[in-house]
Amino acid sequence: MTTHLDGNVLGGELGELFTVDITAATGQCASCGTVSAIAQTHVYTQAPGLVARCPSCAGVMLRLVRGPGRAWLDLRGISCLQLALPGQP
Amino acid sequence: MDVRLTAADGYSAQRSYSIASAPDGDRIELTVQRLPDGEVSPYLGQVLAAGDLLELRGPIGGWFVWEPDLAPAPVLLVAGGSGVVPLMAMIRTRAATGTHAPFRLVYSVRGPDDALYAAELAERQREDDGLHVAYVYTRTAPAGWPVPPGRIGAGVLSAPGWTPDRHAAVFICGPTGFVEAAANLLVNAGHAPRTIKTERFGPSGGQS
Repeated sequence: MTTHLDGNVLGGELGELFTVDITAATGQCASCGTVSAIAQTHVYTQAPGLVARCPSCAGVMLRLVRGPGRAWLDLRGISCLQLALPGQP
Repeated sequence: MDVRLTAADGYSAQRSYSIASAPDGDRIELTVQRLPDGEVSPYLGQVLAAGDLLELRGPIGGWFVWEPDLAPAPVLLVAGGSGVVPLMAMIRTRAATGTHAPFRLVYSVRGPDDALYAAELAERQREDDGLHVAYVYTRTAPAGWPVPPGRIGAGVLSAPGWTPDRHAAVFICGPTGFVEAAANLLVNAGHAPRTIKTERFGPSGGQS
């Protein structure tokens, strides 16, 4: 089955790596330049890890693989990530 | 919210579930649809007993969220099946905060018996002029229902007062196919894509 979910499903896993909420962050696709919220990416979970693809061009933006006691995060497909910093003007 | 179960032999499985309750301090309500061939939901539905401990992670995600503090813009909620759960949290939050933002829930279910929270939604709708609920029946409609059962269409999404010029904030939650169909109908009707937030759910092999 190749049905995708979306980046909302990444919140828990990425929440262990980042101190701010990543699903509400916006990322620019390194392939086509489209800017989307990470929650809007199309996420495929039927893989050894999680693969998030650009909702516009389907380019791979993020890959996350978990192993015992460690994680591999590949962000090559995101040229820029914009994060809200809570509590700061 | 992520729920992780770990067996005595160390095997563990994890799933994400939506919170159905409005924020109220230290209690949360998760609504879990039991899938007959599921790995986690049958345990939660049939085995888990009051007092048992669960491993939880969350609440997670600040994107698919309605902020009652913002201007009281109308809110259009579109649910497919158990996708109603996070939208129910918004409806309850609206009631708890006394916000006047008009809400319309379009709720697609197979048949009348499949609707979650049907009694609560009917009650809230009776008590509150600002909440309107419209059902879409895909397989079985109640007797006398004006339209035959079928998939969600453009008509129910563009009720009077809910046209794109109202600039409603739209939240769609359901299985992937439903979410994409509903989002496409709304964009084709003239809703700006940036006003539409979506959350897709489905089986996720969240095993680790």
